[in-house]
Amino acid sequence: MTGTVTVTAHGPLPAEPYDVAIVGAGVVGCAIARELARHPDLRIALLEAQDDVGQGTSKANTAILHTGFDAVPGTLEARLVREGYERLGAYAAETGIPVERVGALLVAWDEEQRAALPRLADKARRGGYDATRLLPADEVYAREPHLGPGALGALHVPGESIICPWTTTLAYATQAVRAGVDLHLNTTVEEVGRGEVHQLRTSRGPLRARRLVNAAGLHADTLDRLLGHEEFTVTPRRGQLLVHDKLARPLVRHILLPVPTALGKGVLVAPTVHGNVLLGPTAEDLDDKRATGSTAAGLAALREQGRRILPALLDEEVTAVYAGLRAATGREDYRIAAHPEQGYVTVGGIRSTGLTASLAIAAHVTGLLADTGLDLGPVRDLAPLTMPNLGEAFPRPYQRPELIAADPEYGTLVCHCERVSRGEIRDALASPIPPRSLDGLRRRTRARAGRCQGFYCGAAVRELFERAQGEAAQGEATRSEEARS
Amino acid sequence: MTAERGAPGPPVRRVDVLVVGAGPAGLAAAARLAASGAGRVEVLEREQEAGGVPRHCAHGGFGTRAHPLTGPAYARLLTKAAERSGAVIRTGVTVLDWGVTGVPESVAAPGAADRDVPPCPVLTAVGPGGPETVEARAVVLATGARERPRTARLVPGTRPAGVYTTGELQQSVHLFGQRVGTRAVVVGAEGVSYAAADTVRAAGAEVVALVTEQPRAHVPAFRAQSVRLRRRVPLLTDTTVTELLGHGRLSGVRVRHRDGRTTVLACDTVVFTGDFVPEHELARRGALVPDPGTRGPAVDGALHTSRPGVFAAGNVLHAVEPAGTAAREGARAARAVLDLLAGGAWPGPGVPLTVEAPLRWIAPNRVTPAARPERYVLRDDALSPRPAVLRVHQDGRLLHRERPWPGALLPHRPLTLTARWHDRVDPGGGEVRVSRG
Repeated sequence: MTGTVTVTAHGPLPAEPYDVAIVGAGVVGCAIARELARHPDLRIALLEAQDDVGQGTSKANTAILHTGFDAVPGTLEARLVREGYERLGAYAAETGIPVERVGALLVAWDEEQRAALPRLADKARRGGYDATRLLPADEVYAREPHLGPGALGALHVPGESIICPWTTTLAYATQAVRAGVDLHLNTTVEEVGRGEVHQLRTSRGPLRARRLVNAAGLHADTLDRLLGHEEFTVTPRRGQLLVHDKLARPLVRHILLPVPTALGKGVLVAPTVHGNVLLGPTAEDLDDKRATGSTAAGLAALREQGRRILPALLDEEVTAVYAGLRAATGREDYRIAAHPEQGYVTVGGIRSTGLTASLAIAAHVTGLLADTGLDLGPVRDLAPLTMPNLGEAFPRPYQRPELIAADPEYGTLVCHCERVSRGEIRDALASPIPPRSLDGLRRRTRARAGRCQGFYCGAAVRELFERAQGEAAQGEATRSEEARS
Repeated sequence: MTAERGAPGPPVRRVDVLVVGAGPAGLAAAARLAASGAGRVEVLEREQEAGGVPRHCAHGGFGTRAHPLTGPAYARLLTKAAERSGAVIRTGVTVLDWGVTGVPESVAAPGAADRDVPPCPVLTAVGPGGPETVEARAVVLATGARERPRTARLVPGTRPAGVYTTGELQQSVHLFGQRVGTRAVVVGAEGVSYAAADTVRAAGAEVVALVTEQPRAHVPAFRAQSVRLRRRVPLLTDTTVTELLGHGRLSGVRVRHRDGRTTVLACDTVVFTGDFVPEHELARRGALVPDPGTRGPAVDGALHTSRPGVFAAGNVLHAVEPAGTAAREGARAARAVLDLLAGGAWPGPGVPLTVEAPLRWIAPNRVTPAARPERYVLRDDALSPRPAVLRVHQDGRLLHRERPWPGALLPHRPLTLTARWHDRVDPGGGEVRVSRG
């Protein structure tokens, strides 16, 4: 089943029309590609404007697998999150995507918030989630001894979990390309012409496809307009987040969620599967879809709020600061719509729950594509996949004597803060979708992601990366030479 | 992550002394111990080569006044000396954590069972040969220090490529011959910052400016002037980097002067220099009592930590002092290790030694009667002028006053304090405080 893998980053695109082209290789686009790949008769292209999968909003979220307890009952989002939670949980167990079922506490810090807790429990029950429980203050402190003073109580949501967002997206994409999906990176869709098939003009030349799926995330509204639809506008909502050193991990056991009130949503403190502690996000409505920078005011505000929730967190080093842009569309639901007459499906307004819902969205969209008259043909199970483990709750390669005995490269650590071995870096560089930047390598291995940010290992990691890039370029040159002769 | 959690680990191996880190402090300690007949002395180094930070300091300033050396030559010299004296240096082996101690058959010292001896420390490690558990009669932590990177300094902006610390820059250029960008801004104006500027130039790139929040450079005046006038590199004092710009690759840094003016310096590389912190992960995992000032483990004058059998030396105690200071401390720790191996008792916690602002920290930072150091190292707030007089007091009683030698009043010089007052400390009294007069 694993034939030739086609992942391209430059040069012209294939002339033969595809059955389906998916625009956007974020977590949603990759999930759709993977779902469609189960139908071997379909020729599928996955187009991505950037040089890697999951490079947009998918890489910069709060990395939570949501139960959907706070979704608005009756919405499409509520249904897909609920369903996606189950699907992704099972998929993660199967493929080795790290998930920790830590549970969440919505901590009330004032009377208004405490009064809101029973209403939230009731809303969750109406949505079909009845595992929540109200906790008095003493039980909250028993569960979270490092919590700052003044907590009045909490709502416990045991199902809320943490997950690795990078491994998830990469797992979908890897399974998709192994099953025959063509992944074309550095491919921006600039124009869509109509006719028998969609005539796409891209930054890498023309591409034709019988069906088009818009999973362009922040840019879904732009692509929608190219097809003549004016249904929504994506407002980038920036969320800045601080990642704290692994030495902070023992300070917190649950995801500490804010209680939403009329005054707005506060910030969360959450452990990550990589063993760090997140603080964030801010929520700033912007109009620049490239404004992924952090700001002094944003960081100061987060630290002020973090000081109240978990005072000791502020004494630990910050190992990463990032800002993600959520695709807000002014409606409390996804904007998924089929346009059968155009052979086109819009998958817009996928907000921060998109990671959780991704597999359910993919199944839903596949159904919509069938409704447009697309003959899906036979269906098969995809070859199983095991992803490299980046999670601290499961054995990492350096903790596996049998692995090191078989290959000593897994015992040679390059990145000391994150304990990443040369074997893992080598594997990532030789994987079906290799990283094209040091950031891409970091998301696949965690190399350079620790407290020293490369003081110790930066040069050595770059050396391994550049050597692999050099070899890849040489291999490509040889291949094109062979093709010419 | 601890040994208790995993499956039964590999069999416990025993050595006499385990040194963690093969930088100047660790190598000097190992050389002295092996030469003095301490038995099996093993140094574990997680890098592929021994030598520590001097390995990639291509500049001079190492060795002695009579025999000046470059960093790499000094690293080789220390490594050879340790090897010649019989210490075993194992590179590419990473110490991970502390193992379970107190295994009954693990009593190592002959006759130890008769005395009330605490269990020997145990460390877990991994290397290409697989996992290891090592029990040692004594452990010397010499894990060094590192610079704080951009993230820890909370510098806002985008996350482009081209952002370095001096450590990464020097390794890139001097160990791997990698290219850096074409125009670099160096953040800081200390010795290490000027070394970073030299490395940028050695890589064929231009230094756009040195930027410091301080009112002046913390290097000898001739050095600062030479760079400013001969190399025409501007020094921007009282200036803060407020934002990194650029998608993909760095395109510039926004800076703000104390008077409120801002500007953008166009560059594709920025080097964050200085702002060193101890590499203290292992010390923290071992629950060694930390010193709040240095953020490294607290030690007494003979470099005992709070954990029996565990010593610490070098820049994990004080980030950072010159390599020579670290090496001397390694040798000092070796003497204390030899005392322990000869049957000496582990000292009590001692009296805490603290400093008052604008002093920031002092090391060593515990006072025990039997462990008088050669001297104390202090750090002060770089913005205030150097103290004319240092005072040592305990429970309101003045123990000592000392006028630092005039050279030490220059902000780039190490500030030290003698231990002449050591015998006047009441071991049962409150903390000893050092203030400036």
